[in-house]
Amino acid sequence: MIVLNGENSDVRAGETVAAVLARLDLSPAARGVAVAVDGEVVPRAEWESFALGEHARVEVLTAMQGG
Amino acid sequence: MIVAMRDATETGLAIDELKIGGRTLRSRLLLGTGGFPSLAVMAETIAASGSELVTVALRRVDPASRGSLIDVLERAGVELLPNTAGCYTARDAVLTAKLAREAFSTDWIKLEVIGDEDTLMPDAPELLLAAEQLVDEGFTVLPYTTDDPVLARRLADVGCAAVMPLGSPIGSGMGIRNPYNIALIREAVDVPVVLDAGIGTASDAALAMELGCDAVMAASAISRAQDPVRMASAMRAAVEAGWLARGAGRIPRRTYATASSPDEGLPDLGPA
Repeated sequence: MIVLNGENSDVRAGETVAAVLARLDLSPAARGVAVAVDGEVVPRAEWESFALGEHARVEVLTAMQGG
Repeated sequence: MIVAMRDATETGLAIDELKIGGRTLRSRLLLGTGGFPSLAVMAETIAASGSELVTVALRRVDPASRGSLIDVLERAGVELLPNTAGCYTARDAVLTAKLAREAFSTDWIKLEVIGDEDTLMPDAPELLLAAEQLVDEGFTVLPYTTDDPVLARRLADVGCAAVMPLGSPIGSGMGIRNPYNIALIREAVDVPVVLDAGIGTASDAALAMELGCDAVMAASAISRAQDPVRMASAMRAAVEAGWLARGAGRIPRRTYATASSPDEGLPDLGPA
């Protein structure tokens, strides 16, 4: 089970970060987006190639109004 | 009548540019983007404030609300200062800063490491640790800090580009609770001092500048005011007024009156 933004998801191990972003309607060119997997930054250049492991915790973040 | 002056200063007088970390700012007012009733009001407020640097937070993508915050800020022509709001450890703050760098292609970070849920006061040891790591990683670090001059000096010593002491707790609107410490921080560091947090109204911003701060950061005080656009104009004018007053050199405080009209030449008007 892969956890996407804190919730169990039907994303499967082996899917790429880019595929997960596509599920969120985000293109690899989306501005203001960053991704962490298991507490590590996944650089934009690796989104297409980075395959998720079993039980990966994926955080997809973007700009919000704040302080 | 309120007229927001977009290109000139509010007062029409020249204000020295502010240099932080290799960037030159004409406005000495930094704006937080949180708390606005709408993106439209935020955009109008940014224009009225004259601010060139605005903070944003990094949060989970919400598929339900595909906002256009980045687009609105780009159209406003402002630079982004991502923050690490909500982080309680150096580890989380450093990781958030790296994510912000990926998301916004900027190595500028407003570093916040919170130590207490009720006051949102910074956690000093974690803050210093995170600042040191981020400076080493090449970030331009602007730490939100307490009003402790010693901590401010330590942050400057590890290479922070500015220090951002609080006037009072975030969003409290209590103004500057310890003006003496803010003045001491000004003496303690060579980097710009940006008064952050606690500003309630325009006079607080003016006081910050009179105490020697180089800039003021305001968020809730503007975005949650009944009329954010009008308050932004007020803050802009106050920052300029305070800066001018600081440069003008105020008179010393005295316990008793000093007559401003001469005693010499007083007429003898006879017995009462």
